[in-house]
Amino acid sequence: MAKRQAYSKLVKTMREGKFLFTGELEPKKMVDLSSILHSAEEMKKTGKIVAANVTDGPQGDAYTCSMVPCYLVQEKVGLEAIWQMTVRDRNRIALFGDILGGAILGLKNMLVLTGDHSALGDHQNARAVYDLDSTQLIDLVSKMVDDGTDLEGKEIEGGKIKMNVGCAANPNSNPREPEILKVGRKVEVGADFIQTQTSFDIDDAKEFLKELEKFNVPVLLGLFPIKNYGIAWYFNEYIPGVSVPKDLLKALKTAKKEYKEDKKKRNEVIDKINIDFFEPFIKEIQKTTKAAGIHCMAVHYERLFEPLLKNF
Amino acid sequence: MIITQQKNIEEIYEMIKQYSKILVAGCDGCCQPPRSINEAKVLAQMLELKARSEGKELKWKAITVLRQCDDRIAATTVRPFIEQYDAIVSLSCGLGVVMMNRIFENILTYPAQNSMFGGAENNAENSFAEYCETCGECLLGVTGGVCPMAGCAKNLSNGPCGGTVNGKCEVGGYIHECAWIKIYERLRKFNRLDLFTKYRPPRNYRIWSSPRFIDINKSYTNEEEPIKEEK
Repeated sequence: MAKRQAYSKLVKTMREGKFLFTGELEPKKMVDLSSILHSAEEMKKTGKIVAANVTDGPQGDAYTCSMVPCYLVQEKVGLEAIWQMTVRDRNRIALFGDILGGAILGLKNMLVLTGDHSALGDHQNARAVYDLDSTQLIDLVSKMVDDGTDLEGKEIEGGKIKMNVGCAANPNSNPREPEILKVGRKVEVGADFIQTQTSFDIDDAKEFLKELEKFNVPVLLGLFPIKNYGIAWYFNEYIPGVSVPKDLLKALKTAKKEYKEDKKKRNEVIDKINIDFFEPFIKEIQKTTKAAGIHCMAVHYERLFEPLLKNF
Repeated sequence: MIITQQKNIEEIYEMIKQYSKILVAGCDGCCQPPRSINEAKVLAQMLELKARSEGKELKWKAITVLRQCDDRIAATTVRPFIEQYDAIVSLSCGLGVVMMNRIFENILTYPAQNSMFGGAENNAENSFAEYCETCGECLLGVTGGVCPMAGCAKNLSNGPCGGTVNGKCEVGGYIHECAWIKIYERLRKFNRLDLFTKYRPPRNYRIWSSPRFIDINKSYTNEEEPIKEEK
């Protein structure tokens, strides 16, 4: 499809060809959003982070809706939000209504996701919705943006909404071909950009990015700097398909052991481990691929942004 | 066939403990595992024991019905016994239980089973499996014979989600096969990946909304019939 207008700073920056970074904010069960706003401020201070994802009930847990934190991050912090929207909890009526609400609040980016199944979350007996799938939600957003209508073709009072929409892609997928075919279909239906799941394997990431080039839309590669050994261990054990490299895992474990009492020193060592691993990784991606930038999923690890991004 | 699982005996007893004479009706229809005369007898004996342990006497008769979900068969088989009993316990799926309650309005029929799903018997895997969700809009012709409604925990129409790892589904702990990876493999084998990549717009869930009825006579014509307003 023809390129849609860039409504967001994110998509504008991507199209300018400037290598960029995005961050991630995760509202949990909270009415006090100060920690989220603090993280967003830290991201903004780096001057390198263009926008931040705000998650929508990750792992299927019941968390604060993402629309309100998105709005507050934009209004109070001045950092553009990437509104994550899953099809797990809302049918097409609720999705349409929420998207209109988000558009009124000035949200400019949506990242469309299927969403972890509610059977994995903290309300396992909930009825999962999945009225639309992620491709169909992109179709809905496209109709709202390009035609100013809902799925049935009924017009929106006030006209078209101004929003860019992104889709996810998984570099850890196996087999790879159906994933690529699926991403292609999402782009065809109207995705303006692609944001990938996390990758720890540089060769895999490069190969995947190469395969995505044919779709001719900007791609953000997902990376996950790891704040402590516990997270790394959890990732390795419980997130199938993603394995943390052995050396990285070992280094984090050693840091945990050696500086058990000295938190400050431990944090310094862990930051260095992450910088030593991810800085060359990012440089290699910047130098050898056509990726538009990096989506840095380091939730609540804002102190790493400044030292990690200072050489970019 | 309809796959059922028997409720625990306490739950069944709780429903019928107020009665002293019950008719326990098995079903020889498509219920699986079998819920016929022998199973009816065993259940009746268990209920009798349970009653006795509470110092009560429970009289019962066990029968079986060719198909409890067929009103004519159920009526002719069960009617001769109705007068002598206070309640009926049905070993049929929910269809039979509802049908018996519809036919015999003056006596309550209680379910002894939970109806799980419409399933197939997979002897190779020693399981009953839900291969079709009776969605009313069959996609099997474009999905290589694998159902994405019954096979995908998220009922997705456009390919696998990020929750599939090495062809296994995130729901259930990466044990069950991802229906969409199977669909991909089947279509690839038959050189029909064009069907995989095709965009499928939002489904029509109206035809999947309860309650559903089909006029039997209406299904046997090739003529267009005027759409009747639902009463």
